[in-house]
Amino acid sequence: MKAGAMKLDWTRNETLVALVILGFCTAAAISDPGFLSLATLTDLLRGGIVLGIFAVAALIVLISGGIDVSFTAVAAFTMYVTAMILNAALPWLPWWAALAFGMAVGACLGAVNGVLIAFFGLPTLIVTLGTMSIFRGTMLTFIGQKQITTLPPGMRDFGRMMLLRGENADGSFYSLHGAFVVTVLVVMLTWTILHRTMLGRQIFAIGGSEESARRIGINVRKVQFFVYIYVGALAGLAGIIHASMARVANPFDLVGLELSVIAAVVLGGARLAGGHGTLTGTILGVALIVLVRNSLIVLGIPSTWQSVTIGCLILLGTGLPAWQAKRAAARAA
Amino acid sequence: MPDALVTLDGVTKTYSGITALDGVSLSIAAGEAVCLAGENGSGKSTLIKILAGVEQADSGRIAFAGQTQGPLNPRLSAAAGIKVIFQDFSLFPNLTVAENIAFSAEIGAGARLYRRARIRALATRTLERIGVDIPLNVAVETLSVAHKQLVAICRALATEARLIIMDEPTTALTEREVRVLLDIIRRLKADGVAVLFVSHKLAEVLEVCEHVVVLRNGQKVAEGPASDFDAASLTRHMTGRDVAGAPPAPLPADAPVLMQVDGLNKDGACTDISFTLHAGEVLGISGLLGSGRTALAKALFGLVAPDRGSITLNGKRVATGNPLAAAEAGIGYVPEDRLTEGLFLTQSILQNIAIGRLDAHGNGAGVLDLPALLGEARDWLTRLSVKTANPDAPVRSLSGGNQQRVVLARWMARSPRVLILNGPSVGVDVGSKSEIHGIIAGLAAQGLGVIVISDDLPEVLATCHRVLVMKAGRITEEFDARAVSETELAHRLAS
Repeated sequence: MKAGAMKLDWTRNETLVALVILGFCTAAAISDPGFLSLATLTDLLRGGIVLGIFAVAALIVLISGGIDVSFTAVAAFTMYVTAMILNAALPWLPWWAALAFGMAVGACLGAVNGVLIAFFGLPTLIVTLGTMSIFRGTMLTFIGQKQITTLPPGMRDFGRMMLLRGENADGSFYSLHGAFVVTVLVVMLTWTILHRTMLGRQIFAIGGSEESARRIGINVRKVQFFVYIYVGALAGLAGIIHASMARVANPFDLVGLELSVIAAVVLGGARLAGGHGTLTGTILGVALIVLVRNSLIVLGIPSTWQSVTIGCLILLGTGLPAWQAKRAAARAA
Repeated sequence: MPDALVTLDGVTKTYSGITALDGVSLSIAAGEAVCLAGENGSGKSTLIKILAGVEQADSGRIAFAGQTQGPLNPRLSAAAGIKVIFQDFSLFPNLTVAENIAFSAEIGAGARLYRRARIRALATRTLERIGVDIPLNVAVETLSVAHKQLVAICRALATEARLIIMDEPTTALTEREVRVLLDIIRRLKADGVAVLFVSHKLAEVLEVCEHVVVLRNGQKVAEGPASDFDAASLTRHMTGRDVAGAPPAPLPADAPVLMQVDGLNKDGACTDISFTLHAGEVLGISGLLGSGRTALAKALFGLVAPDRGSITLNGKRVATGNPLAAAEAGIGYVPEDRLTEGLFLTQSILQNIAIGRLDAHGNGAGVLDLPALLGEARDWLTRLSVKTANPDAPVRSLSGGNQQRVVLARWMARSPRVLILNGPSVGVDVGSKSEIHGIIAGLAAQGLGVIVISDDLPEVLATCHRVLVMKAGRITEEFDARAVSETELAHRLAS
């Protein structure tokens, strides 16, 4: 039946988020015809670069049945320490090596989470709350609090890399940063891991039932350890990209963003209980949050309303599908 | 005679001084189905764990195909083709049927990449082998219990299973689903796969079994060909005594009407239900799964809001669709699935009883008189003889029978006038079952009205005065429990 195939699945968060995005864009376009422009698009894409990588990292942890709130601290620590080390000892490193260096630092910090969670079996929220404070505190106490305004040459080069740039009719500039490609690659790599490798399926399996996973011979520790290292590496990467794009490594940046990121992922349909989540949903969730952050002003809504709007979207976006599912279950019973 | 697939010889296991298994010998041949019967605590679970390699025996010999084994571990047992299907099935609710079936096989094969086509082919093949049709792409969490069990069986078969151990395979199944399961077991046996049923509710699987072994207190107390056993003799061996199913004494003719239900209706679930319940009466409501019996139970207690109809208790209307009002009026409800609906699993045994009496022990300012509250709860533990060393232990640590007593105690502490028991002895061992039946009789003797909802016909006949039969949401017939036989009732239910 054709109508059936075309029917929207209301119990999926993706459907709802996509519709809200459409509605939001329509409203913005009506109140400001200039909204539908290349400049808006590149602004949104730019806003989604760092947030997107963070969201992918948060997604993979949620799927495995855990929660990580330390990734922003890992990112801040990594960008600051990397900028410092590269300036002091390795100024000749090219941009790609600087990114790799950041991923390595992030992976090491992620491994700390991994050891505590996978090998000592501690609860993920407690561990990452603890390491978030430790990473941030260590950086501010022992390493430094001053902004690094002269970035190492590799990061500076990367900061200037543009995918496209141009001038609008009104004389303003628009540009899309090269780092967008990195985010796309991260999404593709993560999709491949999650859906085309047994490792990825084991992450889903552990999120579904850790005990069952153990019983059929999945090495739960190994998989969890991988998850936290991978998340650390992604957070490190995001940190370097953030500093390169901002052209400054500010140790006070990024921290505080973690809950919005997790909110975006949950908005996209990932479940806090684990085992469920899609990259499509995650991207839509990030898109919506970036849209709200960048464009509320276009609709004439004061920017202080941002968090109220995001909060309402979270309640609506996660509450409505849950309510629909409950009603469907009640009908079936 | 060829070597048996699995041989246990004088296997003994003790846990901190308590003997869980005491010199048990057992052998299982290829293509044979064996019943391992025993109550909770008889050593069944220990035996499963030893075969699965999860626990090591202290002494005794274990041989696979005649080869004496050293210390076992889960990997060795699995490699020998011994697969355990746990009572909870250990599936992944979020993954598809195909993935669940193929997961262990793929892991065992050391696959690194997710090979969708291979996984689907393996799943299709395995489902065909047991002759069932379950869509491959649906998430396991959406399946019925019976289908989940079939998926678990397929998963075991997908990895070269020689012996499938099924822990409590029939507890959650309806009679029809048990039939399907038995057909599948026959197919497996024809394929040379051996099956070990481990349960305390085995009468229904006897017909496919060759051999029966009964454990009690860690010892083998009976063994023989399945044809030598029937439900009664199994029970006798498991409990060590006769558990008689005597029907209750007839109700006095002048027993006053306690509850009156008129035209209770919930579209799609139950239709125009009317009946009366007398003081001191035990009323059975029986029907197959999907007959609306559980919907009716929930509607009586206000968990499902009916579209029409009324409930009158002692001449007063009870607001429908409101469990608080029902409880206030003196109706109690013991749900079918006590684990998810009846208990606070991680909280203590005492708390679980006391929670129903918070109102009674609070003063005007809402401050609890904790000693009185817990004292009363403790009192109920003794009255219902809940066996526990430590009333502060989480309630999940109790056996099924004792858990059910905790749920009963919580309601009895509130002195209700009508108690609705949905599946009072699901997942409860035989000994506890007859004690629960004793409690039911005791409640009725005190003048309570009791409604027993169950598809366990011997239970219905042993506890109830009257039986109502439900089909497709309607009450179709009414019997005097003394005047109807089990076979006739079974026939009425199914026809």
